[in-house]
Amino acid sequence: MPTVNMSVNGRPASGEVEARTLLVQFLRETLRLTGTHVGCDTSQCGACVVHVNGSSVKSCTMLAVQAEGAEVVTIEGLADGDSLHPMQEAFRNNHGLQCGFCTPGMVMSAVDLVNRNPKATEAEIREWLEGNICRCTGYHNIVKSIQEAAGNMGG
Amino acid sequence: MPDGAQETGIGASVRRFEDQRLLTGKGTYVDDINRPGQTYAHILRSPHAHARIVSIDTSAAVASPGVVAVFTGEDMQVGGLPCGWQIHSQDGSPMHEPPHPALAQGKVRHVGDQVAVVIAESAHEARAGAELISVDYEVLPAVMDLKAAAAGGTLLHEEIGTNVCYDWGLGDEAAVDAALAASAHVTEIDIINNRLIPNAIEPRAAIAEYNGATSEYTLYTTTQNPHVIRLLMGAFVLSLPEHKLRVIAPDVGGGFGSKIFLYAEETIITWASARIGRPIKWTAERSESFMTDAHGRDHVTHASLGLDADGRFTALKVQTHANMGAYLSTFATSVPTYLYATLLAGVYTTPVIFANTRAVFTSTVVVDAYRGAGRPEATYLLERIVSKAARETGRDPVELRRLNMIQPDAFPYATPVALTYDSGNYQATLDTAERLADVAGFAARKAASEAAGRKRGLGYSTYIEACGIAPSAVAGQLGARAGLFESAEVRVHPTGSVTVFTGTHSHGQGHETTFAQLVSDQLGIPIESVEISHGDTGNVQFGMGTYGSRSLAVGGEAIVRATNKVIEKARKIAAHILEASAEDIEFADGSFTVAGTDRSMAFGEVALAAYVPHNFPHDTLEPGLDESAFFDPANFTFPGGTHICEVEVDPETGVVEVKNFTAVDDVGRVINPMIVAGQVHGGVAQGIGQALLEGCVFDAEGQLLTGSYMDYTMPRADNLPSFTVATETTLCAHNTLGVKGVGEVGAIGSPPAVINAVVNALSDLGVTDVSMPATPQTVWRAIQDARA
Repeated sequence: MPTVNMSVNGRPASGEVEARTLLVQFLRETLRLTGTHVGCDTSQCGACVVHVNGSSVKSCTMLAVQAEGAEVVTIEGLADGDSLHPMQEAFRNNHGLQCGFCTPGMVMSAVDLVNRNPKATEAEIREWLEGNICRCTGYHNIVKSIQEAAGNMGG
Repeated sequence: MPDGAQETGIGASVRRFEDQRLLTGKGTYVDDINRPGQTYAHILRSPHAHARIVSIDTSAAVASPGVVAVFTGEDMQVGGLPCGWQIHSQDGSPMHEPPHPALAQGKVRHVGDQVAVVIAESAHEARAGAELISVDYEVLPAVMDLKAAAAGGTLLHEEIGTNVCYDWGLGDEAAVDAALAASAHVTEIDIINNRLIPNAIEPRAAIAEYNGATSEYTLYTTTQNPHVIRLLMGAFVLSLPEHKLRVIAPDVGGGFGSKIFLYAEETIITWASARIGRPIKWTAERSESFMTDAHGRDHVTHASLGLDADGRFTALKVQTHANMGAYLSTFATSVPTYLYATLLAGVYTTPVIFANTRAVFTSTVVVDAYRGAGRPEATYLLERIVSKAARETGRDPVELRRLNMIQPDAFPYATPVALTYDSGNYQATLDTAERLADVAGFAARKAASEAAGRKRGLGYSTYIEACGIAPSAVAGQLGARAGLFESAEVRVHPTGSVTVFTGTHSHGQGHETTFAQLVSDQLGIPIESVEISHGDTGNVQFGMGTYGSRSLAVGGEAIVRATNKVIEKARKIAAHILEASAEDIEFADGSFTVAGTDRSMAFGEVALAAYVPHNFPHDTLEPGLDESAFFDPANFTFPGGTHICEVEVDPETGVVEVKNFTAVDDVGRVINPMIVAGQVHGGVAQGIGQALLEGCVFDAEGQLLTGSYMDYTMPRADNLPSFTVATETTLCAHNTLGVKGVGEVGAIGSPPAVINAVVNALSDLGVTDVSMPATPQTVWRAIQDARA
């Protein structure tokens, strides 16, 4: 089996994987980073979004071996110690989550959006979130959260 | 805390305690758990909608690498999955209850039905093993059309001699027929309430573990009601006593009803865990969720509404065919009967109502409660037919509603369909909604749309629901096989912090916050000193779980009562220590004080004394401070409200855009406004989803065509607007909190508002009906048909 090496949340991570192992499986099963979730099998729901080399990626669409040498950040790596990332803080402050299952992917996706487009309009935020499905919130408070975080991330 | 650190009491938007772990990836959902020596299960499912199993050859699977065991229905000879609600037909006969095996016994009855389970060292090996099982099927005709199935033809369950589960009625049919015959106008409508697939984003999952030393089973599962699962699985299927079966529902990623029911997979792996002596994990793939999670709705209805010359409703007659799917799911039978027909009075004074429901077996996935469960179907029917009656009689739809509304001074109000509404003010929610929706400015907005070549419409829904499920006595009379109380235990620790054990289960509703607000407020202690524990039959004494918007109205009330018992016990302890009589001890702001003196003890001091009882008179005062309560409500609760939807339709493409959605709901007293608004947002999104986007489709052979997120249209962020939500409050009359429940109102009230808006937008093109989901194709066809 191939060995894969990458940086996950700023720390080196390696493991033997089958060639078919998905990045999300490597994160959840090998590294036991279970904050990244699997909600579908067709790359639609977005619960598995992580950052690979600074861009949001559905980790169910990528093989672990494709992340060889990459810098991967998961929801577990977003906060600075006990201090939440502004996006996490905004989700908490605006009730941007209910059951929490889509939340890690939603937050990681939203951080990438604000990094790319700090002044995103409501329409742009809603369009960006097309790849992340939430069944609980109706997206209303997720949009509010992202708008607030954009202000606090220096956008 | 943005609202100020002091604001944690009833009515404060306290930020949720759940969020820290859920936002940092530290939530613990079932699939996040792994047990030592764990194996993995894969279920082999039927590719046919209806077939006889001639033979199953598992030999190659058994020999496949990594496979630990393979079981079929022949191996698993246990009880069937039970149905929790018995309905009687109009002729007095009990409903037909054909067996519902966890693993197929000789026949499969829908695509996805469980045929065999393969247990292996890895998930890949379990799946590879399942592919090696050879099943010889004799394919039978699928039973798909509701009315045709009810009439006869191919039988899904030959032993009952019919596809009709029951033929149920409520109300006085003769009186209704007479009233309709005497009416000045009768509006008729044919309505399909489209089948929905719940789609909690966390797929169902379970881990079962058997301890051979103690003969104890532990089941981690994605359920809304762990005690109910323990009872149903233990008592009815596997013959396990409760004290040997522990069910744990940790963080659960949404339910919406679909995680109420006892499912085959969790039952199979619990049974198999003792056979193989190792833990077994099963996690649904999304495609399995689509074809095995209980679906919702799926009614075909014809209704007649009579009006007198003044526009007052004279009678309502409703005939419904309700799809049960292939088997009876846990609460399936109650949904199109007591959770549906009893709501057909709505907010109106219709004097006589008759409802007939025929429940029909088909070769499809089971249908059971999905957010609202019966009440959305009643509301959709009623609010569509009322708007249609207004059009047909040339009346304003709002004025027709107001004319027929129950007046605010008429409560308690007994309906002709077995309910007594305790409180409400429907006119107030309508007034507020019309103001917030800027109905006065609609004409100008419509003109602007018209100028841009688009059609703008306004749709109303003034709805009521019954929730806070349920008074056990009433439910029992109506056929429920379980009680529907709730329990709570308030355990005060020696230093004054408190753990509250509740039999409800939170899977997004924020109970850890709302319930802490209640107890903190009642005991006068910091909210951080209150911990809410739920979801583990090993910790919580008992519980019926979370569904039917019952957690606060029933479970919260149980917590209040247990907390009151704590206060009374603490009062006795304080009286002993302060050398006063208990009657002279006053409790306020977290302190026990001898009336008229400055002698007092803080709650924490009393708690410590309870556990350090050095001089207690033990014949009259027990040590400890730990009380429990069971609460069974006297009535359902009756949230109601007004939803107003404003849409714009492109008549060339049929694309509908929701421009504004206003929901004004009366949910009784609001404990946490932030959470209440969030519940309404989510419910409305599901209701708009039903109205415009979502619809389960099977082909004629019973193949599920909408079996993935590429085929079944989930509401996405760019399908929805930001919502305008507000509350109007009348208090529930039969719980001390005055709360009614908020979990389902959004999904119940919204679909007819959306469709009424679409029909309103297209009315000048001659369109009188648009069915759900109002996809661009459906709307475009309605426009073309009207033009033809």
